[in-house]
Amino acid sequence: MKKKNHTSVINRYILLGLCAFCILMMLLSSFSDRAGGPFRAVANVTVIPLQQGINQIGRWLGDMTDNFDTMEQLRSENQQLQEQVDNLITENNYLQADQSELERLQELYQLDQNYADYEKTGAHVIGKDSGNWFNSFTIDKGSQDGIEVDMNVMAQSGLVGIVVDVGPTWAKVRSIIDDSTNISGMALSTSDTCIVSGDLSLMSDGQIRFEQMENNDNVVNVGDQIVTSYISDKYLQGILIGYVSEVNVDSNNLTRSGYITPAVDFKNLQEVLVITTTKADLTGENET
Amino acid sequence: MMKAFRIKRILVTAVLLLAAYLLQCAVFPFLEIAGIKPNLMLIVTSSIGFMRGPREGMYTGFAAGLLIDIQFGDMIGFYAIIYLIIGYINGLFRQMYYDEDIKLPLFLTTISEFLYGIVIYFLMFLLRSDFDFLFYLNRIIVPELIYTIVITLGFYPLILFINQKLEAEEKRSASKFV
Repeated sequence: MKKKNHTSVINRYILLGLCAFCILMMLLSSFSDRAGGPFRAVANVTVIPLQQGINQIGRWLGDMTDNFDTMEQLRSENQQLQEQVDNLITENNYLQADQSELERLQELYQLDQNYADYEKTGAHVIGKDSGNWFNSFTIDKGSQDGIEVDMNVMAQSGLVGIVVDVGPTWAKVRSIIDDSTNISGMALSTSDTCIVSGDLSLMSDGQIRFEQMENNDNVVNVGDQIVTSYISDKYLQGILIGYVSEVNVDSNNLTRSGYITPAVDFKNLQEVLVITTTKADLTGENET
Repeated sequence: MMKAFRIKRILVTAVLLLAAYLLQCAVFPFLEIAGIKPNLMLIVTSSIGFMRGPREGMYTGFAAGLLIDIQFGDMIGFYAIIYLIIGYINGLFRQMYYDEDIKLPLFLTTISEFLYGIVIYFLMFLLRSDFDFLFYLNRIIVPELIYTIVITLGFYPLILFINQKLEAEEKRSASKFV
């Protein structure tokens, strides 16, 4: 009996000790990013390479589950897609006409701030957040490939998120649908700015929220494009965030808010593009 | 001789933990049901806890939490402390635990998972004045709970099997000495 008491006392001390250690680390890491350094170094040689390998298996399993879609579904989808293709071809013709006009005008005004010009590098998504509460993921490129914190990440021509953490061979990206993300956005048609923020309660509907858009005479319609604004100090200007799906005038009658459908399908994110210029680089260059 | 077994046990637990972590980060995102994936790390932590007692539960939980912190946490030590305490509390139930009985493990994992969800909500969302608790309960906590229970039914026998094998080996060598 005495011995048992003895071990349980020791256990309690260990518990307290480890708790104290954790709290200390939390304090340290909230003040300085460097506190996690040694742990990250360990992760680099152990977990990351394994993760890169095993992700292949996950992708294969994911493909397998996709295969369970029935033929009928595929057929109807095929039909829909065919219609869509027809529509798109006609639309494309119009757009090409517009494009050539745009190019001419851009040359005229020397506006080459289009985001097609940003230098990008491709990366694979190798791991997702282990919990269900947040939405961040790791990619298989890091500081050795020239990735830096605050670089913007895109996929399928839309904004995915921003690099918040970098290791030698990996980087952590926080997506725009994450609950803790806020972006300064702008309606492309009217240039009105707004705050776009991710929301866990909307994540399942695949939507994000926008707020604080000035309630002026400019009409913002459902389907309008929202892009990153010129105000943001981290996001490059003019990257497509998504399309407006709902607009409401707030009860104060001064601002508008609503919902956006992101341009990117976050459920099936496998490859992303990292823009290797940060906003800080750009603004720095402009100043000199 | 005992030391060799201890090292072996630590290695086996480490491999188990790493496997759970990799499955959770790299494989289960593709097998999400309604956007929810199960919490394998929690299953491992609480299983080791009630099989081996508070101390090993603590160490396992600490390692599990730290792994998550390093890659996905904003603060090092946040998940570590949660998993640490879960491991310890599960360890306190060791006296009540029998190998063949799956009710207690299921019950304990369920409770742990539920408390885990509540704690995350309180610390990460309530403190940011997000009061819609029922939504998070329905959308995340309960689905994650159910999925985790289902996975426990498959995953727990595996951990049990590994533990029994290790224990049998230890016993055999101990009886040799006597």
